[in-house]
Amino acid sequence: MNPLSVVVRTICDIFAWFLGIFGAYVIIHGHISPGGGFQGGAVVATMAALLLVAYGGKKVLSFVRPGIYTGMEATGLLVFITAGFLGIGTTFFYNFLAGQGGLFGSVVPLGPNSGILNSAGTISLMNMAVGLEVVSGLSLILIYMFKGIRLFEGREGRSERGHDR
Amino acid sequence: MTGNAPFLVVGVIFLLGLYAILTERNLIKIAIGISLLEASANLLLIVLGYRTGGSVPIFTLAGDVGTMVLPTPQALTLTAIVIGLATSALLLSLVMLLYRHYGTLDVREIRRLRG
Amino acid sequence: MNWQMHLPALALAVPLLGAFLSLVVGLGGRYLRNAWMVCVSIATTAICIMLLQRVLAGGTMVYVMGAESWNFTLPSGLSWPIRIIIQVDAFSAFMAATSSIAALAGAFFSLRFMDKFTGLEKFSALYFLLVTGMLGMQITGDLFNFFVFLEIASVASFGLIAFWRDRPEAVEASFKYMVVSTVSAMFVLIAVGFLYGRYNAVNIAAVARMLHMGYAEKIALVFLVVSLAMKSGAVPMHMWTPDAYAEAPAGVTCLLVAVSQASLYGLFRVCFTLYGVTAGSVVIPWTIIIMGVLSMFIGVTMAVIQKEMKRLMAYHSVSQIGYILLALGVGLLSLKDPQAMADYGFTAMKGGIFHILNYTMYKGLLFLSAGAVFYSAGTRDLNELGGLARNMPQTTFMFVIAAAAIAGLPPFNGFVSKLLIYQTTFAVYPLLAVAALVTSVLTLASFVKVFQTAFLGPARKTFEKVVEVPASMLLGMAVLTLVIVVLTLFPGWTLSHLVEPAAKALIDQSGYISAVMGGGL
Repeated sequence: MNPLSVVVRTICDIFAWFLGIFGAYVIIHGHISPGGGFQGGAVVATMAALLLVAYGGKKVLSFVRPGIYTGMEATGLLVFITAGFLGIGTTFFYNFLAGQGGLFGSVVPLGPNSGILNSAGTISLMNMAVGLEVVSGLSLILIYMFKGIRLFEGREGRSERGHDR
Repeated sequence: MTGNAPFLVVGVIFLLGLYAILTERNLIKIAIGISLLEASANLLLIVLGYRTGGSVPIFTLAGDVGTMVLPTPQALTLTAIVIGLATSALLLSLVMLLYRHYGTLDVREIRRLRG
Repeated sequence: MNWQMHLPALALAVPLLGAFLSLVVGLGGRYLRNAWMVCVSIATTAICIMLLQRVLAGGTMVYVMGAESWNFTLPSGLSWPIRIIIQVDAFSAFMAATSSIAALAGAFFSLRFMDKFTGLEKFSALYFLLVTGMLGMQITGDLFNFFVFLEIASVASFGLIAFWRDRPEAVEASFKYMVVSTVSAMFVLIAVGFLYGRYNAVNIAAVARMLHMGYAEKIALVFLVVSLAMKSGAVPMHMWTPDAYAEAPAGVTCLLVAVSQASLYGLFRVCFTLYGVTAGSVVIPWTIIIMGVLSMFIGVTMAVIQKEMKRLMAYHSVSQIGYILLALGVGLLSLKDPQAMADYGFTAMKGGIFHILNYTMYKGLLFLSAGAVFYSAGTRDLNELGGLARNMPQTTFMFVIAAAAIAGLPPFNGFVSKLLIYQTTFAVYPLLAVAALVTSVLTLASFVKVFQTAFLGPARKTFEKVVEVPASMLLGMAVLTLVIVVLTLFPGWTLSHLVEPAAKALIDQSGYISAVMGGGL
């Protein structure tokens, strides 16, 4: 796929930042507003699609390494399951941080309020982990699918190694 | 009667999806049919949680409004959407692989396994 | 607090951790990855067996994720079952232990079988994800989570079936399985939606307590029965089974057999526990019985004419699923009538549940031995194979045990469960027993054919250099062989100590409900 025109690339330059920031906002506010790890992660992952379309595969793939994404994916998953295991003093996935004070544990007064960001204990931690995982997972899917399209062009599919019958 | 209209839409989308899966010959169209089925299931869950005149179920609004729509079906729907995304991605990857191997998307020609 | 309280959660958490860490451990090279796979599999199996032991000793276990109690109490005093619960009764624990043994054998077998392929850290991640999904389906106490675990298992198995992605057949089989399985999963979701719309709960026990038959419940029941029968590979929708089983790597096929059992578990949980007597005693039981008979007969007749080893075995698994459906359909038929239940229904269910255990063991072993033949000889085509008993004595020995067990030859465990099924189906309708017997004879015939053509006969030049498979693969097969031998030697003990509590748990609807709900709601 070739790069698109300079207009598209400039708009992509501007909007990619907003995508990232909006996605991060949705992830971090996951526990007090509609949204969360998956939704925000999907928004951020759109960045990968936008870059691939606007700049073409050659340029994007030259500075994006799938290994980084795999690492991010594994980190997200591990943080998630570790947070689950740490609650095992009571039950698995028990929210042991909530209401304990500190970064994640502000106590929320009963009744309507404007929302306290650092209040949800492991829930917001897990939202971030899920967000990280979804960003990297979706970007990986897009990148691999893009590579898959390129396989058709040069008939490179046959040179794939390791999967001998 | 108008209250039942959303359920009618769910039924129509469901049948359309089933029809596409059963009769279409193109793999991409079969994938679209599966997405339609997923959409109808999600819509069903959302519609079930609706309460007439209800507002969005956000904690900051509690007390200001009388009724809220049920949040549980929305959580269920989100989970189903996530799963649907994984399925669609895998489905389309498999379609790409099939196209690479067989050079066609017609199900009548992708029949190496039979009997 | 006693750590054994956490066994139900650990049964899911350990394989899930295994799946997530596989990606990291895979960086450490081949030996580390294999060691990780072995450790996690053994840990999972140990946890499931301890779970079974504890449930048999202490009754149904209920575990609530992330909280202490199953219900959520509002300040107004209203309490409602919305928590994510895991509920393990004797039947769930029995199924979990059975399938985790199959998963262990498949993992041992896969170590060397998959050795020459790349991307193995992803293989082991998907493998453990499949184990998680399977165990989750069997021990969850929540309809929506049943759907979630169903989809986890499905997505992982699509990836595993198409793992040899440069084989067009494997991708084709995976696509076929994917269409069938996604459609059936959507049916399950819609049925769950109907039940939620009626009762505002997705907790199995809570819904079962409130359930009374209406249109929405009938639609939900039909959707659930159709979709779960479709997923387990019963006859009207069996066309994915031979493709998927034949094209997946052998260790995965062994696990897929156990996963189809998880769908069957869901079917019986819905019929017996969720609906119970309200499901009616004519339409649904007879549908299941007729599906069972058709599966038995069509599966075995299709198997007899196959020329490829794994495909032949895959058709046999359709016919074995038929036995289980038949037996539990008879149980469902007599659910309303205590006299009939005492006369033949309960025995039929014991036979069916024992057959689930037997079937998982010998079918897994058969698929593994077919994989071993494929690994050593390089082909699965029965026309080309021959004389392998000289080169691969251990594999041949284990194949013979499994084949004798599946054909129902008298001393083996397959005979015991089949005998129970013949006896009881005869009491319902003699023709059913005749169909079961004919199927058994045809099974024997087709396995004699496999044994004769693949292992006996003159040595062939092309297979002169074939040697026995490596020790770790033999170990995987030996695990299953050992279980078959134990079941063969002690059928009475198994029936009274493992199978009977499971059958009792399955028909005890009020026990399942009160274990969660207590006196509440």
